[in-house]
Order: sequence, then structure tokens, then C-alpha cells
Amino acid sequence: MSEAIVSMRNVVKRYERGKQTVEVLNGLSLDIPKGDFVALMGPSGSGKTTLLNLIGGLDTPNSGEITVAGQRLDRLGSGALARWRSNHVGFVFQFYNLMPMLNAERNVELPLLLTHLSGSKRKANALAALTLVGIADRAKHKPAELSGGQAQRVAIARALVADPTLLICDEPTGDLDRKSADEVLHLLQILNRDHGKSIVMVTHDPKAAEFARRQLHMDKGALLEAGTLA
Amino acid sequence: MKFFPLIWATLWRKKTRTIFTLLSIVVAFLLFGVLETIDYAFAHPSSGVTGADKLITTNKYSITLLLPYSDAAEIHAVPGVAEVTWITWFGAYYQESKNFVFALPIDTDSYFNVHKDEFIVPENQMRAFRGTRTGALVNSALLKKHGWKVGDKVPLHSTIWTQKADGSLDWTFDIVGTFDARDPTQASAQAQTVLFHYEMFDEGRSFGKGEVGWFEERVTDPSKAADIAARIDALFANSPNETKTQPANDFALSFIKQFGDIGFVLRAILGAVFFALLFLTGNTMMQSVRERTPELAVLKTLGFGDGQVLELVLAESLLLCALAAVIGLALSYATLPVIKTALQGIELSPSALLPGLGVAVALALVVGLPPALRAMRLNIVDALADKH
Amino acid sequence: MLRQLTALLSMSLQTLPQRLGSSSVIVIGIAGVVAVLVSVLAMGVGFRHTLADAGRADRVIILRGGSDAELNSNLTRNDVDTIANAPGLAKDAAGKALLSNEIVTVVNVPKIDTGTDANVTLRGVGLKLTEVRPELRIVSGRMFRPAVRELIAGVGAARQFRGLEPGNVLHMRNADWTVTGVFESNGDVHESELLADADTVGSSLERTGYSSAIGLLTSAGAFPAFKDALTTDPQLKVDVQPEPAYYAAQSKQLSKLINVVGNTVAVIMAIGAMFGALNTMYSAVAARGLEIATLRAIGFGALPVLLSVMAESLLLALLGGVMGASLAWLFFNGHSVSTLGGAFAQVVFKLTVTRALIVTGVVWACIIGVLGGFFPALRAARLPVAEALRAA
Repeated sequence: MSEAIVSMRNVVKRYERGKQTVEVLNGLSLDIPKGDFVALMGPSGSGKTTLLNLIGGLDTPNSGEITVAGQRLDRLGSGALARWRSNHVGFVFQFYNLMPMLNAERNVELPLLLTHLSGSKRKANALAALTLVGIADRAKHKPAELSGGQAQRVAIARALVADPTLLICDEPTGDLDRKSADEVLHLLQILNRDHGKSIVMVTHDPKAAEFARRQLHMDKGALLEAGTLA
Repeated sequence: MKFFPLIWATLWRKKTRTIFTLLSIVVAFLLFGVLETIDYAFAHPSSGVTGADKLITTNKYSITLLLPYSDAAEIHAVPGVAEVTWITWFGAYYQESKNFVFALPIDTDSYFNVHKDEFIVPENQMRAFRGTRTGALVNSALLKKHGWKVGDKVPLHSTIWTQKADGSLDWTFDIVGTFDARDPTQASAQAQTVLFHYEMFDEGRSFGKGEVGWFEERVTDPSKAADIAARIDALFANSPNETKTQPANDFALSFIKQFGDIGFVLRAILGAVFFALLFLTGNTMMQSVRERTPELAVLKTLGFGDGQVLELVLAESLLLCALAAVIGLALSYATLPVIKTALQGIELSPSALLPGLGVAVALALVVGLPPALRAMRLNIVDALADKH
Repeated sequence: MLRQLTALLSMSLQTLPQRLGSSSVIVIGIAGVVAVLVSVLAMGVGFRHTLADAGRADRVIILRGGSDAELNSNLTRNDVDTIANAPGLAKDAAGKALLSNEIVTVVNVPKIDTGTDANVTLRGVGLKLTEVRPELRIVSGRMFRPAVRELIAGVGAARQFRGLEPGNVLHMRNADWTVTGVFESNGDVHESELLADADTVGSSLERTGYSSAIGLLTSAGAFPAFKDALTTDPQLKVDVQPEPAYYAAQSKQLSKLINVVGNTVAVIMAIGAMFGALNTMYSAVAARGLEIATLRAIGFGALPVLLSVMAESLLLALLGGVMGASLAWLFFNGHSVSTLGGAFAQVVFKLTVTRALIVTGVVWACIIGVLGGFFPALRAARLPVAEALRAA
């Protein structure tokens, strides 16, 4: 684990809440090596989601440097960030966030609409991603016709389809029963181990965190400790 | 084009709402098509006298005042006038006053020479017409309408002209043949017309002998028409019967204008319709974008740029409006035959429908822009947080 | 049940401000329909008023038989003399019949707004004019004098056509005519006309006869005897009609057309507005799904829920209807327009928004509101309570 996929230096993030200014991250620094699978834990309001948004290029810091997949994100505008996201990161959300009116295959195809791939190539890639997450048989189903675990697999396939180097997962198992959760976490493990995807996952669930290689704990906008797990 | 399935699926996200919105817009464009067609027809009237080479000479002070038949020879002598013919308003109906018949006493040779090649008359019937003093050529549509046949004797009631012989207003004609307009756009303008002999009319009438309603001229060079018209009017400038000569199209237009500003009325109606429609469609689009805030945020996390999201919403609005406009305009096209029967003598042109597509695009942009801007400015972090 | 209904309705009205955008769709959509409907029908009413007001049941119009309209008709001086002796005509102090022998023609006068020539009726009238038409009143200038080329213009004509102010000179058929005054005539069709001395008009047109004769009867009841006397006279071939019948026939076609057009357009628009109302009420019901489910759970009946949704739709529609009718009244009541009336002549009339028209407009609004509210109301009433509560 030589090269860092994520590198943050003295990152400050403040939010204006009415007249009050809340400093969510106060000079945070962090390195995540390429190929890592990090579980980010901590109580509500500790800054996990803010950190995740900064790593994923959804938000920009007030100061500090953020380099993800070799790109200085703190210097990019919103348009460049959007292009960067489509090439380098995949997102998985707690509530799947699938388009309700599109079937699984169309949902997975969405990120590919931003590429120059032909229609048939897009379709093939979407099916390949669905096969990878083990849900190709549900390709024509709409989100409402899928179970929670199946929907999250589709969401993971959507995150994977453009072949990003980094997967960002925000409470991916927060809405799932234990069995489905374990299946999804196992899938993430395979993606990390066999397909070389770096993963940053926010979770409340210690059992979920055990699937990661490493756990990071946050509180009040700072990292508490860094541990490694097999 | 690759975004089409996404836009299409998004459009039908709430089926009922989209269908109702679509139907409202369809209705608006149906109305647009119908009213625009009528407006177009009124703005491009046809007097049944066509061509830039035709002039019409009427009494300067009143269309009801007659002109001496002898003017024809003087008009004919004006350089540039190829032919002149004279016609009189006969004010006829068949049996009941609602069965209006546009019966015209014509001078056969000059009439068919002014209107060269404009009518299709079978040659044997033309011969029969020339040979029959009481003969009449009937437009084939009118013949069919009243169930007449060639060979029938048909009485027409004139509301103006009494007969010298018995003071009667009823004139009887022998149908010797039919005619059709060669130019199909003239078909409805000619659909009530009956042509009969001026000689029979002039000899038969009890008053007004030697006086005619108006003259129609064909000029050799249409570009000199205005000049020729001025020369004709100059001929009679100080006579008791001053004339007013104008291109046939202007004559028709000024007559139609007398009905009032129909265009204004139609546009006022359409204004009200589209104003209400703006609210309806705009509200639907806004509501729909507001409901999909999380979905739009997800698209942005996937890497869709702000501009692309704006375009997606605008495209959806465009798709909705264009789809509805095409259906609405197609429906109004289908109603053309009905309007045509209601507004007799008016030729309708489908080309009035084309601006409807432009209106659809404008409508789509106006109603689509506010929600599209909202979608564009949507902050991903806030929008995703809403969901939790 | 009434208590439930009022409770529900007041609750939904309190949340109305939050649904302002979508609620305004009903109001504005229906206001548009009603404004168009009322304005177009006001045209029809105005047109009918103008022609119908010309009629007095005890005044008759005599035309040559089979002529249909004054413009086509032709009566000889002999005819007119015979008519003057018919029984039933009112007489003046000197015992002369109150009969105006008239010549009707149309002359070209440019319209003020377009500048293009329009056919304005020039009516030559007999010396008994003021007795036959007592409603006629000079409002500026003076009456024309017989035997000179002078004329007076109706107020409607003076408003719509160029050069009809007193003192102006009109050139017609090789002669100059002076406008000496402007007259009112109860808002009837003659206000669209120019009036002059019949014999002066006749000599100018080189016409020996008349177009029509207008007679005032001793009473409306004298009509049958008067008509019989004229129609049984073998020397005469005339049509005799009371004025109201004549003018009704003249205006029938156009006022029918206006009504058909107005109603057709309004029906089409109403359908569009109804879809809008359906949309609004469906989304209102969806937005209040949880609220409705909760109320149903604590014992409110299905019928009050249904009625409250319909009542809300009806209220919004009513508001739209009143707005639309008011707009039509504000902008168009009394608006003067002219068109080609029955017989090739311009008729000037005013759009008239009557109370009956406003009621018609509001009734239409209510119908749209009820239709647009019914299906959403049904959905609200049938809402499966448990499911709606769980979904929230």
C-alpha cells in the first residue's frame, strides 16, 4: 500500500447555520492508501458525512488541501468536480437513491450516459456490473420491485459501472436487515480484495465496520485513532 | 438522444399528473390551431377572383350603386387592359333564404376571357350554354348539394331584380352544364356559384337596364396594375358614377376587414388560454422538480454537471409541450373540414398551424426555465441531507 | 356530519396558503375560461340589443314582397301612397299618416381604426321622421334640412367612422354633403347610420322609388288589420312586418354565429381548465394524505371528506369565475365595435356584460370546479387509512 488514494492536509470546513458558524472539520489531515477499505465511524454530528462529501468531491473545503486519485479537489470548480466524479468515484447511499421510474439496467447505465460509449456498449457494461454484484436476473425490474438488499446491489453496480478507483459508501447497510447487510458487505469486501477498489464507508454498525481493513473513529470534527484490521 | 429514455421515464414519473397536464396543453393547441386557421383565412381572403393580374372596378361611393354598362368599352381601351367583363349582384336564393346562391349574370366571351383557364367546363356543355338563352352553368358542388341534374329547370329567387314580364322575383334557368375551379384552393369560394347570361338578365329585368354591378379586368402586366387602376378611375373622375379600381385581392381583403378586427378577438382568446396554461404547466413542472430534488442530487453525484441537469429539465418541458402541441395541432387539422362547412366560402390553409410549433417551444422554455434553474442551482449536500 | 364537514373544510382552507401555487391554477384557469366566455357572449348580447332595440311592436316596416332586406327592396311612389291610406296607421294633427318613406343605400366611409372603407348605411327618411321615430334625439349640432344636401350621423357611426363630426363635408357621387349633427336613438341600429332627406338622397342617386316605408300604428293590436289591408290589395306586392320581427331576422345569423363560436371556444377551454383543476385537487389530496388518513382514523366519515374536497375545489372555482366575469366586465363592458351586419351594412354595437351573463359565467365556473374536484374527492374518501398512515 504505497500510493495514497486520498490525502488531506489541514482541511477546514465550516457551515453557516443562520447567523451561527459551525466548524465541522477543524484542520483535519488524513491519508488513505490505494486499495484500502476504510470504515469511518463516530456519533451523529461528528463530521463523518462532511468528510465523505469532501472526499467524494460533492463539497469543497474552506481551506486545506484534498488530493483524491491524484487530483487536487480543493482547486476545482463545480463543473470540473462533476466531470472528475463521473470518472473517479462511485457513490452508494443508505437509501439506495435509485431512479424510481427506471429499471435496474437503466439505473446502472446512468453514469455511462456521460461517456462516449455507444448504446450497445453501455448496455453490455451495465449488464456486466449487474452480473458482478450478482443481480443480472433482475435487470428489467424497477426499484419498487426489488428488496432492500437487491436495490443496494443495483446501487453498487451503478457505482461500479464507470470503473472508478474509489467507492464512497454512506451507511450502505443502514436500511437493511442483518442477512442482506452481510451480503452487501461481503460484496464490498470482494470488490476491494479481488477488484482493487479503494472503499471509504461511513457506518454506525460495528459489525459492518469489521468487514473493512481499517476503522477510523471521528468525534467533534477530528480523527480519534487509526487502527488496522485484517 | 441517449438521454431520451431518462427524460421520457422522468416525464411519466407521475402518470396522472402528466396526462392531465398534457391534455390541458393539447386542448390549448387544438384551440390555437383552429383559431389561427380562421385568422389566417380571414387575413388571406379569396373573392373567387384570383391572380395578381385581376382588377375590380366598383362604384366609388357605394358597392350598391350601379355603373353604366357602356363604361366597359372605355375601360377596354385603356392600354394594358387585356380584357374586361361586367357582373351584377343578383342576390339569389333557392327555395329558402338560407339556401344562398351566388348567381352571376355574365357576358360569356369576356367573362371566360378574363378568367382564362380558371374553370373546367366540358366542351359540349359550354356549347350548350352558349346556345341556350336561359342556360346556366352550375358549380358541381352546388349541383350535388341541391340534387340538381343537367337538364333540370331550376327557379332561383332574386331578392333584388323583378322581371319585366310579370314583376316576379323568380327567375327560371335551364341547367346545361357544370363547372369546377381549376385551382383547388378556389373550390370553396366557388361552391355556391351559378353562371347565367347577362343578355337574358338585362332584357328580362324591369329596371336598371344597361347598368351593371362591377367590372373585372385582366391586365397584361401585373406590375403595372396600380397604374392601370388609376387610369381607369381617371376616365370617370368627373362623371356621376365615379369608380374605384383595385387589385382583386385588395378588394377581398377590404371586404373581409369590414367584419371587424377578427384577428384581435382571436388573439385575445388565445392570450387568455395561454396565460392560464403558463400557470398550469409551470406549476406542474415546478412541483415535479421539487419532488425529485433527491433524484436530481443523485444525478449530480454521479457526475452530471449543473448545465446538464438544467438541460435535462428543459428537455423534459420541451418534450411535454412539443408532444402536446403536435397532438393538439393534429386534432385541429382533423377539424378543418368541420370549420370549412361552418364558414362557407373560406379556404383554410394548414400552413397556419406551423407557428404553433414555435409557440410550443416558447411555452416550454418559459415554463421550464424556473424549475430548470432551480435544479441547476441545487446543492448536492443539502439536497441529499433532505432525504435523511 | 355538517360539523365534520365544516371542521374539515376549515382545516383544508388553513393549509391552502401552502398550496398557493397549485391552487392558483384552478383560479386562473377558470378565470380565463369565464372571461372569454362572458366577453364573447357579451358581443352577442350587444349585437342583439342593438338590433332588437330598433324594434317597436307598434311600428311596421313595409318592403317589396320577397326582398328580405331594405337594401334590396324597391317601392314606387304609388305603392307608398297606397300604404299611407291603409287602416291602422297613426295620424298627426293634420290627419296625415305617420309614415316615413325611406331610401336605404350604403356608402363607403373609412373606419377610424383601420382606415379602410366600410359600408355605412345612408338612410333617406321622410318628413314624418321625428313623429315616426320619437326616440331620435340630436346630441350635437342640428337636424338636417330637407331639400339640401345635409345629413346627420348616429353616435355609433360617428365613433367608428372617419369625418362624421358636425360641420364636416362628405363627398358622395359628385356632390358635397354636410354633416349637421349627431343623434342618439336608444342605442339601436340607426345609431350606426347616416340620415338625410329621402327625396334629396333619391335625386342624388337618380332613383325614383323608395326602399321601404316605416309606419307607426295606432297600437300594436292594429297590425293584423293593417297587414291584411296591404297584402290583400291586388295592386300591391309587399311584405309587412312589425319592426321587432324584421330586425330579429336580420340579426339571427350573426348572433347565432357569435353564440356558437363563443360557446364552442368556452367548452374547449373549460375542458382544459378541468384537467388543470383535476391536477390541482389530486395533488392537494396527495399533499394532505396523512392528514386525511389521521382524521379518518379518529372517526371522520368518508362522505364529509369527499364533500370537503369538492367544496374546496368549488370555492376556488367560484373565485376564478367571479374574477373572470369581473375582468370581462371591467375591460369590455361598453366597448364599442362594428361589424358587417345582416345586409352588407356596418352595425356598430357595444359589448354588453349583463347580469345574466355574469351568472352564466359563474355557473360554468362551478361546473368546472365540481367536475374537477369530484374524482380527487373520491380518491380522498377511499384512501385506505392504515396504508396511508404506514406510508408516512
